[in-house]
Amino acid sequence: MIQYKIFFVLILSISYYTPIFSQIYVEGSGSIQEAIDSANPGDTIFVKKGIYYESNIIVNKAVAIIGDDHPVVDAQEKGFIFEITSDSVTISGLKIINVAKSYTKDFSAIHAYNVKHFAIINNIFENPFFAIHIERSKWGVIANNTIIGNAVEEASSGNGIHMWHTSRIEVNDNRIEHMRDGIYFEFVKHSSVKRNKSKHNIRYGLHFMFSNDDVYEGNLFEKNGAGVAVMFSKKIIMRKNIFKLNWGTASYGLLLKEIYDADIIENTFEQNTIGVNAEGSNRIMYERNNFNNNGWAIKFLGGCYGNKLHQNNFMNNAFDISYNGRINGNVFDKNYWSEYAGYDLDRDGVGDVPYRPVKLFSYIVNRTPETIVLLRSLFVDIINYSEKVSPIFTPDNLKDFHPLMKPVK
Amino acid sequence: MIIIKDLHKKFGKVTVLKGINLDFPDKGIHTILGPNGSGKTTLIKSILGMVIPNHGSIEFNGKKILGEWEYRNEISYLPQIANFPQNLKVKELFKMINDLRPGAKNESELIAAFQLEPYLNKKLGNLSGGTAQKVNIVITFMFDSPLIILDEPTVGLDPVALIRLKKLIHEEKGKGKTILITTHIMSLVEEISDEIVFLLDGKIYFKGTIDQLKQQTDQDNLESAIANILEGSYA
Amino acid sequence: MLKILKYSFFDLMRSRWSYIYFLFYLSLGFILLFLNQDVSKAVITLLNIILVLTPLIGTLFGIMYYYNSREFTALLLAQPIKRSNIFLGQFLGISLSLSLSLVLGLGIPFLAYGIFQSTEIFDFFTLLLIGTMLTFIFVALAFNLALIFDDKIKGFGIAILTWLFFAVIYDGIFLILMLVFDDYPLDNFALGATIFNPIDLSRILIILKLDISALLGYTGAVFQNFFGTSFGMIFSFGLLLLWVVIPLIMIVVKSRKKDF
Repeated sequence: MIQYKIFFVLILSISYYTPIFSQIYVEGSGSIQEAIDSANPGDTIFVKKGIYYESNIIVNKAVAIIGDDHPVVDAQEKGFIFEITSDSVTISGLKIINVAKSYTKDFSAIHAYNVKHFAIINNIFENPFFAIHIERSKWGVIANNTIIGNAVEEASSGNGIHMWHTSRIEVNDNRIEHMRDGIYFEFVKHSSVKRNKSKHNIRYGLHFMFSNDDVYEGNLFEKNGAGVAVMFSKKIIMRKNIFKLNWGTASYGLLLKEIYDADIIENTFEQNTIGVNAEGSNRIMYERNNFNNNGWAIKFLGGCYGNKLHQNNFMNNAFDISYNGRINGNVFDKNYWSEYAGYDLDRDGVGDVPYRPVKLFSYIVNRTPETIVLLRSLFVDIINYSEKVSPIFTPDNLKDFHPLMKPVK
Repeated sequence: MIIIKDLHKKFGKVTVLKGINLDFPDKGIHTILGPNGSGKTTLIKSILGMVIPNHGSIEFNGKKILGEWEYRNEISYLPQIANFPQNLKVKELFKMINDLRPGAKNESELIAAFQLEPYLNKKLGNLSGGTAQKVNIVITFMFDSPLIILDEPTVGLDPVALIRLKKLIHEEKGKGKTILITTHIMSLVEEISDEIVFLLDGKIYFKGTIDQLKQQTDQDNLESAIANILEGSYA
Repeated sequence: MLKILKYSFFDLMRSRWSYIYFLFYLSLGFILLFLNQDVSKAVITLLNIILVLTPLIGTLFGIMYYYNSREFTALLLAQPIKRSNIFLGQFLGISLSLSLSLVLGLGIPFLAYGIFQSTEIFDFFTLLLIGTMLTFIFVALAFNLALIFDDKIKGFGIAILTWLFFAVIYDGIFLILMLVFDDYPLDNFALGATIFNPIDLSRILIILKLDISALLGYTGAVFQNFFGTSFGMIFSFGLLLLWVVIPLIMIVVKSRKKDF
């Protein structure tokens, strides 16, 4: 789809408008900055294969800069690389490396401020401090980029794709590894994040704040420092994402904090310390998600109201649900729980006895975390069982009244 | 052959042996007598190294036995109670003993002598007490050891088997072996003993031949001689 | 010693109880696999069963075998055989025959189901290895108790209590202590207390594989170091080995001093 669009733009610029728009070639010891300076809006600058030692390139015209077989633009850590100040800029097919690090300035491989209709496609970023940094912009496409950083600690590292006050941006099919945050959204509206792979980032795979009406779908978030954080946002749709192997003390597949009216559908949470960590998140629909082999599948902390969990699979988690406080209108219904030991006499696929997803031991672990070493011990099974028979600590009505007998496919 | 010096043994608070000094020379049948609880079995087990003495020493052919096990190659032992692995067949038990302690000689003759052939394929758990004792006797005598220790060998035996046992003992004696026996059957004692050792309360009350005992107690049969010692000790 | 081992082993392999034990695991394996078709769930259920059952059966068989073969042991003691070899041989005979029941009983259904194609293969083998080690440990403990207590009833009762202590009571006390003293740093205590219970150690070893995600949820640096690295695995296995070796040394020492 994206490729198609670009192609279309190229066709337009090359074939139809050649009389008006020219093509400029940069090769050998040529300079991209000079090419831009000499170009007219609408021109296409082709960069031939080679190494170009340039930094602080200002793109102030509506040009397309297109690399032929990923020519290298090396800033030798002397500053930023591309600064986009014009609408309708395309940067594609480049290998952009070695941006300067700074504790005070957010140097970026590509930075755009207050522009529209930009496209950053099919580039390779290595050792960028920040890779793609977009501020106050609209209608952009960031696709098929590969971003490999070498972040070691949070303070001296930057984000892969960083957005601030933007809207209607598509972030698709990118691969982001070893940055601080893989993808960072702050005040971003009506945008989508699809099919990206965000791994090994030292903070979050995706970091989402104050951003409403966004969709993220089909992404893979794996082995990130703390997983994915979605905070202070409304009407987010999260669908078919995979969150896995986020291990650590404050690590989770997905952190929800002050989220309203979100849909979490058909995602897979696998082998995370905490699958979903929900705090002050309300009216959230969890449907057809798979929670496999997590420490805690879902941990509800304070003030979660009106959440619905429906047709999710909870498979072999150490704890399915951790919960404190009251029910607060949260509903668990028709989920599959691998630990469910009830029966289905009328064979309607729904267990005849309700399932209690919260164990006494999860309360104990919340109170005294060291007790986790007793996980799966016989004594703990015994106290869990006795709590199940006559609940004292867990809310009496915290039950799935219709636990499924078979996993939801 | 065996020299025992100042042997003491306590089980918990009960002192069973209180300073035994004994010298069993080569050859001959030595009978150890004494009432129940006098320490006969403990003494035998001490010689076998099954009971560890609190004090004193035992020498076998001039070597101290404490912590040793090779000297038991020279000993055949018939325990008081015969109890074998329940799931094993008689045949397998013989095979196993042979395997554990190579050098058995007249196994098949002994089996024939005690008429054990019909039982060879039976499980040991299903044998009667007497048959089990016969198996026990076969195991003991199938080894050609210079020292034979028999702890109550007659228990549960029918008269025919008893005669065969006596014969066996005589034969072994004829080969010049040393035989230690504990028993309550006085007739057996009179019949076969060269020397008797009388134990009472963990001490040796008498050591010598039967005639010496009769003379000393001024009695003309063994049973009354022994009764005399016992009465004397309680008086 | 090998001869004694051989006879104890075959003696037990022939006993009805070994068959029952074997058939139990066999049917358990088949039922678990063919009821829910989910190998990782089956492994978790097996974990619970193995942690409870292998120590119990090891204790019971160990103590029963010792008492039942006491007279025969006496016969052996009168033979030219080294004392410690008799007991070590018997110990190995029982432990191996019980372990064989476990490994074959569970191995057959899991092989039939195709464990080799499964990703849980490693967890499964760890589980069998741990079951085997627990069998060895508890047979050794039972032998120690049997050597201490000549009274069959008393020995039997204390053996059961020992099992109950390690399986349940220990963790109960452990949990209560942690709850009472939760104002204090408990990292070292929590890890330390598992060392003194072989069942806890085994459990930790397995959950290092199965539930590592949950274990890493706790913040203590000691935990992180222990669970986060392969150090935890190696350390726990080493300690389990110690749990076999130490009772064995005690068997040798005790048997040397004991009267029969």
